[in-house]
Amino acid sequence: MFSWELLANAVVAGLLLGGFYAAVSLGIGLIFGLLDIANIAQPAFLVAGAYGSFVLNEAWGVDPIVTGVLLTPVFYLIGAGVYRVYYGSFERRGEESLRGLVFFFGLLFIIEVSLSLKYGVDYRLVQAEYIGRSIEVAGVGVAFRLLIPAVIGVAMTAALYLFLGRTFYGRAIMAVSQDQAALRLMGADPVKIKTIAFGIGIAAASLAGALLITITPVVPSSDREYIGRMFAITVLGGMGSIGGTLVAGVILGVSESLMATFFGPSWAPAVSFGILLLVLAVRPAGLFGR
Amino acid sequence: MTWVLIAATTMACVLAGGGAFTARAADPIKIGFGMALTGGLAGNGQGALLAMQIWKDDVNKAGGLLGRPVELVYYDDQTNPSTVPGLYTKLLDVDKVDFVVSGYGTNLIAPAMPLVMERKLLFMGLFGLGNNEKYKYSRYFQISPGGPHPTRSFSEGFFELAAKQNPRPKTVALVGDDAEFPQNALVGAREHVKRLGFQTVYDKTYPPNTVDYTPIARAIKATNADIVFVASYPPGSTGMILAAQEVGLEPKMFGGGMVGLHFTSLLTKLGPKLNGIVDYGFWVPEPTMKFPGIEAFLQKYQPAAVKANVDPLGFYLPPWAYANMQVLGKAIEATKGLDQQKLADYIHANEFDTIVGKVKFGADGEWAKDRTVAIQFQGIKGNDVEQFKHPGRQVVLYPDQYKSGNLIYPYAAARK
Repeated sequence: MFSWELLANAVVAGLLLGGFYAAVSLGIGLIFGLLDIANIAQPAFLVAGAYGSFVLNEAWGVDPIVTGVLLTPVFYLIGAGVYRVYYGSFERRGEESLRGLVFFFGLLFIIEVSLSLKYGVDYRLVQAEYIGRSIEVAGVGVAFRLLIPAVIGVAMTAALYLFLGRTFYGRAIMAVSQDQAALRLMGADPVKIKTIAFGIGIAAASLAGALLITITPVVPSSDREYIGRMFAITVLGGMGSIGGTLVAGVILGVSESLMATFFGPSWAPAVSFGILLLVLAVRPAGLFGR
Repeated sequence: MTWVLIAATTMACVLAGGGAFTARAADPIKIGFGMALTGGLAGNGQGALLAMQIWKDDVNKAGGLLGRPVELVYYDDQTNPSTVPGLYTKLLDVDKVDFVVSGYGTNLIAPAMPLVMERKLLFMGLFGLGNNEKYKYSRYFQISPGGPHPTRSFSEGFFELAAKQNPRPKTVALVGDDAEFPQNALVGAREHVKRLGFQTVYDKTYPPNTVDYTPIARAIKATNADIVFVASYPPGSTGMILAAQEVGLEPKMFGGGMVGLHFTSLLTKLGPKLNGIVDYGFWVPEPTMKFPGIEAFLQKYQPAAVKANVDPLGFYLPPWAYANMQVLGKAIEATKGLDQQKLADYIHANEFDTIVGKVKFGADGEWAKDRTVAIQFQGIKGNDVEQFKHPGRQVVLYPDQYKSGNLIYPYAAARK
């Protein structure tokens, strides 16, 4: 069944999927990778973002991606608030390891149940002109439903990369993950910096949620399917490496696409996680981890 | 004086006994069950619960069963099979229910079976696939109309229709979720492929958390299959439909065993993209399936469903959840008692008029005869929900007894 055209299509589809995976994992890359906070409620914010997009799309017909962008400030504030509660209740007392994990576990269920009660448990999908449409260039088909999320995923990665590397707050976020005391001596408040970083991470998840519901229908319990994938991409790319998250997303996306095309889609998760194990065996810190 | 005392005491005992008897007669008949109110199957589970509550209200308004009101005692099984044995033990030992019926779906019925068999209880199943195939338990009944060979019933109409086309399609692609229902549906599909002499050119499954279905659709397109049978849960159904359109996969027939296309949320969002797809169905609002009572039921269900935030059309599961309870209720009235063996014997021996039509069970508790229909989505315009309440959108093609229109063939012709 092999043909060069199929191969080219599989690689392109994988690249697009990788861009989406990067968007989904950026927030956890920031929160888990840099702040070292095991926020297992992150996929719930992804799904909450998807529902936010659905509600605005349903009510006013606003494009789902635009709604995703519009909702990022709201989710930033929610994220900042969540971190403040987490800090005040656990981190400040040095009880963040196990109790903090339980806190986020509880938060995940609260978000999931709240969405169920408010919007029911039916599958939700958005409407947009480009869903179901595609273009073909030199025999390679590109579905807009996947192209747009991939482009936004790459743009989010680039924006976060530049923010972390070239702005005061970005550098402070990088610094807070390494030495909080030194950061305090430089006149920056680590708690404030972490609040900003956490807020950005949650806002990134909400925008990724808008991309998710553009690609596939969502139910409140969809978050469970993304916990493993998010953390796997973060670990594969290297803890704290934003560029590594994109590379890891692309590796997983391309491998899944190639397996689905040539060997059967059932093998895709096994191969993806096989790659993860192999990389960790050779480079325990991940591809670009320090 | 002694005789007066004896007479008074006797009278008091009789009156007290009578009082107690009166109290028992007024006690409700309790029917217990677990239901998927959260988790993966909750979308259907909540609709089923609403339908069962409507049945309870209807029965109680009409005077109850045997003059006693009916009470439903239920718990959320969270779509988690491991919760089921505990829930049913509690229903029987703590809540002291008179009957247990199943929650929704094969996976939630299976863990209750050992308990109900051990206690020799009547057990009405709601959309289980082959739960009694090995047990052959004589007090189990199952309401979905898959007939004696349910795994084959989902795909029978699809392949029978394909075999009748001229020129006859030759090659088949089979694809489905790595999950229980799709796997069973694929087993049945393979049997039909063999029986009808088609040639399989693609036969693969995909993990349920697949995000991008375009590589799968492209791989199928490369095989140039005449017909494509998809056995999927809602995310896979949506993903395969969108991916097929995006990569230009346009076989002569497409569909088969796609779950989710019966739900309002996906019907309205996919809209015209559904045109031409042939799928299985149990009940659709076509003139050939207007059974007595179904309209009245939907008139009660649909406004209540909007308020309860569950599937507002309610064509897929709710009528069957109601009909399942109708069978139990009619059997209780007919046998004039709650004896589980007598009830089971009565249900085996008789045909029941329900809102989903006449129901007759076979030896293993499945429908005596398969009544799964094959439908084709036709003439869908825009995304308005109202159009799906009227005939002509989900046209019944198979079997002939319920046929309400003709197959538009090939698939591309229905999409114009």
